[in-house]
Order: sequence, then structure tokens, then C-alpha cells
Amino acid sequence: MPLSWQTKRFLRHSLLMLFCTLVVVGCLFPFYWAVVSSFKVGSEIFSTDLLPNRLNFCNYLNVLLTAGFGKSLANSAVVAIATVVIVSLLALFAAYPMSRMHFKGKKRLLFFILSATMFPQVAVLFGMFELLRFFDLYNSREGLVLSYMILTLPFTVWVLSSFMRQIPKEIEEAAIMDGASKLTILFRVFFPIMRPSMVTTGLMAFITSWNEFLFALTFSLTGKARTVPVAIALLSGAGQHEIPWGNIMAASVIVTIPLILLVVFFQRRIITGLTYGAIKG
Amino acid sequence: MSSKVRRYLSKYSALKAWLFLFPCLAVIILAGAWPLFRTFYLSFTDAALDSLSSGAFVGVGNFSDLFEDPDWWVAVKNTLFFAVVSVSLEAILGFCVAFVLHRSLRFKTVLRAVVLIPWAIPTVVSAKIWGWMFHDVYGIINRVLEVIGVLSKPVSWVASSELTMVAIIIVDVWKTTPFMALLLLAGLQSISSECFEAAKIDGVSTWRLIWHIVLPMLKPTFVVALIFRTLDALRIFDLVYILGSGDLSCATMSVYARRYLIDFGEVGRGSSAATMLFFTIAMVSVLYFTVGQRNLRKAS
Repeated sequence: MPLSWQTKRFLRHSLLMLFCTLVVVGCLFPFYWAVVSSFKVGSEIFSTDLLPNRLNFCNYLNVLLTAGFGKSLANSAVVAIATVVIVSLLALFAAYPMSRMHFKGKKRLLFFILSATMFPQVAVLFGMFELLRFFDLYNSREGLVLSYMILTLPFTVWVLSSFMRQIPKEIEEAAIMDGASKLTILFRVFFPIMRPSMVTTGLMAFITSWNEFLFALTFSLTGKARTVPVAIALLSGAGQHEIPWGNIMAASVIVTIPLILLVVFFQRRIITGLTYGAIKG
Repeated sequence: MSSKVRRYLSKYSALKAWLFLFPCLAVIILAGAWPLFRTFYLSFTDAALDSLSSGAFVGVGNFSDLFEDPDWWVAVKNTLFFAVVSVSLEAILGFCVAFVLHRSLRFKTVLRAVVLIPWAIPTVVSAKIWGWMFHDVYGIINRVLEVIGVLSKPVSWVASSELTMVAIIIVDVWKTTPFMALLLLAGLQSISSECFEAAKIDGVSTWRLIWHIVLPMLKPTFVVALIFRTLDALRIFDLVYILGSGDLSCATMSVYARRYLIDFGEVGRGSSAATMLFFTIAMVSVLYFTVGQRNLRKAS
């Protein structure tokens, strides 16, 4: 018997709903499980109950009070924010000539900057290690900021240049007629227009720096410069059986919450940043 | 304006351009190009972490050692296997999610925020959370698989290198499918809606719509997304380092290079591995520039 179109529509609709539910559960369950596990204490953590017996903040207190985790959180915040500020400023300066001036070698430079977004981190790992030791920046937050600049600067310049290219020429010409210098044009005319785009690139740079692991692991030796991803990776007992899963899950939730807030509040900006680099690249 | 003045002005504005570029370029050269050059150079020496200054030139010795090391070839195999399998799965799943997101108007905003969450969670955290879920005795994945009858007894996911690789791929697919889906969604949104409406009026089935209309039109975006993801997958480090505990049997090229550079202190050997990874990625990038540009030209 052929299905009536109502039945077909109903079936199609239910399939769609099922798929959406699967996507939501699949995306969120691991984080949900981390939250649930972070509230379980003692042997309760070994049960697979989908809800904790009660909200027990013991793991959170444990993590925050011991092992310099608070210091690591502060390090992560300072390093990520410093990276964002410095990179945004340098990239704003660089994006101006890249998008609105004519000079010899611009195409080649653009290619150079694009290729700098693609190389593997491990290929600069040891050279960077030497460099930081040479400048006496090994195991310091300044050293981490310097190393994160190479991860975020090329992408930021690339995206800001293509945004700046879209600003109508008339705006710049009007400013030139009024006798504005290049610096004035950049800061008084372009900067206000570019602010939303800079929020996008700033968010991307923040997330990259906050989540980075390889450089942080290699260039920090003690709690002095250690960031949270490394602190979490090192949160382990002496052996396989002593791994403090409850504490690790609590730490994971603490580190992830700022990012979830960013995603919820700046969803559109982040999606622009994610897709722009690739589509326009 | 005389040509002399014009030449002076263009020189002057070129100077200004380079002045604006100087701080940015200085950073990229100091923190990018110079360390990269050092890696190339050190790969031809026998430099060691404890006695860097004594690094003597050894020609291609490190590379021939590297090519004779079975662990290196395991790392190469792991890297390629990981990149091919995870990127293919991400492409298929990402397309499904993008297609549904594109069609369902009601939940688009919520769903978009939801799929961004796995992407935003720090990789180290994802690795730890999944490591806990994959735990052999207390992990929820083994429990669920036992309850629904797939497994008769718990599996130790991180004990064998094959299963560890499976776990790594699952986590990576979970983490990066959103990136793929959002890129493809952006591509889908650039296809005019008249196209979909015309297909609907003509009564074209969904499968035909996907095969004959959507996929061909989406090809440029797809190629760019695939190559971006492949470059990313080839240099993967954190997931493998944490889930594989740095073990060489399930290492990728990045993990292998770091083990030699830092943990074993054999800087020469590690640099040669890093150099090989660099050139692998450079080759794929060249592919990107040729194929990608052809596709972009077609698209415009």
C-alpha cells in the first residue's frame, strides 16, 4: 500500500527529529558525563548512574585548593589575553598595507603569511625552545605569549586583511581629503569599522591560546608558567589505579566553562571566524 | 605630476607599507622562520639536548637512521591511517549534519551552538573526558556496550595500539565534525534557494537532489574543507599524546618527533623527523594551492 503524503511527511519529520536528537546527545553527552562525574565522590564515581546522588563540590575544592591549579588558571588567562591584545594590534597594523596599499612583493608576502598558518607546530618546537632559552624566557608566561603569537598572528592578519579590503574606498578618500595621516586613518577611521571583525579574530586567538598544549607542555617546567591544559594532563596519581578521575573531571569542567560561555554568547562571530579563513582562503 | 615626484611618492608609500608591516613580520620571522630553519639545520647534525654546542655535521645520517627505524614507519602509518579515516568520517558526518541544519529552520540557532561545543572544548580536556568514558573497568562506553549486548566482557581500549587508534579517531571525529559541518553549511547557504525550490517543484527525491545538485555545487567548499582538515590531521599531537600516553606504538609523526627532541634528547634525530613531517604537510599544501585555486576560479 502506498503511503499517503501525510504519513510520509510524518515519517520524514520524525526521522529529522531523531537525527537532531542524536546530534545533540552525541555532542553534549561527553561534557555532561564529565559534569556528572565531577560531582561524584569516593566509590560513587565508579557507578554509571546518570545523575549524581547529590551535588558534592568536594572534587572542585580539591582541585582549586591543591597543586597550584589556581595559579595555572591565572596563567592561562594572562597568557591568552596578552596574546589576543598583542596579536590584534600587530595584525591591525599589518592588515592595513596588506589590504589597502600597493607595494612590490605584496602577493608573495600574502602567500608567505598564508603558508605560515599551515606548518606543523612540532617543526618549530626545538628552535623555539632554543630561542626562549636565549632570551631567558623559558618557563615564563612571556615566553608562552611569544610562542602563541606564531600560532595566531598569521591567521589574524589573513582574516583582518580580507575584512579590511571590503571597506569602501570613499571612506578612506574622504579622510585623505581632510588631511588625515595613515595612522589617523587606521585608528580613527578603520579601527571603529573593524571592531566586530577584531572581536571575531580575537575570539579565535583566545580559544587557540587557551587550548594550546604542545608549546605549553614543552616551554613550561614548573607551576610558574604552567597553563591549565598541561596542569590537567599532569593531574595523575602514581599509577594506573590511582588516577583521580573525579578531580580531573572537575578541572575539565572548570576549564571548559569559559569556552562554553564564549560559544553561547558569540556564536555568530565564532562561526564567521571558523568559516571565513577557509572560504576566502 | 612629474615622473620624478611620482617615483618619490611611490617609494615613500612603499616605505610606509613596510613600516606598518615591520612588527608583524619581525615576529613571524623571529618566532616562525628562524626556528624552522634551525630544525632543518639541526636535522643534519648530531646535536643532543644536553650538549647542543657540540652538534657536529653528520650529513644525512639522521635521515638514514630514521628510515631504518621501524617505530618511525609505525608513526608514519598511524598518521596516514588516522588522517584518511578521521577526515573521511568527518566529511560524511559533517555533510549529513550540515544538510539537516540547512533544511531545518526551527532549531538552527540552537543546533549550531550545540555542535560548536565539542569544537571549543580544549583537546586535552576532550582526551581526558573520553579517556574516562573509555576506561576498561568503570568506563560508561564498556557498560553501555555490555548492556545492549555488543560486548560480552569489557574491552581495554587503551591497552592495545589498534584499539587506542580507534578511540583516538572516535574522539577526533567527535571534536572536528562541527568544523566540517559549519564550513559545509556556509557552502550550502551560498547555493541559491531557487535551486532547492525548483528541485522540490519538480519532485526530485532527496537522494537525487544530494547527488546531482548539492554535491556538485558544493565541491569547491568540500575540497577546501577536506584539505584544511587533512593538514590539521597530519600534524595531530595532543589527542594522541594523551590517549596513547606518549607510547611509540600508537604515536603519530608529531608525537614521534617530540619524543626524540625533548624526552630522549636526540635533537638531531627528532629534527629530521620534524623536517619529514614539515615536507609531508608542505606537499599537501601545494596540492591545496593548485586544486583549491582551480576550484575557487570555477566557483567565481
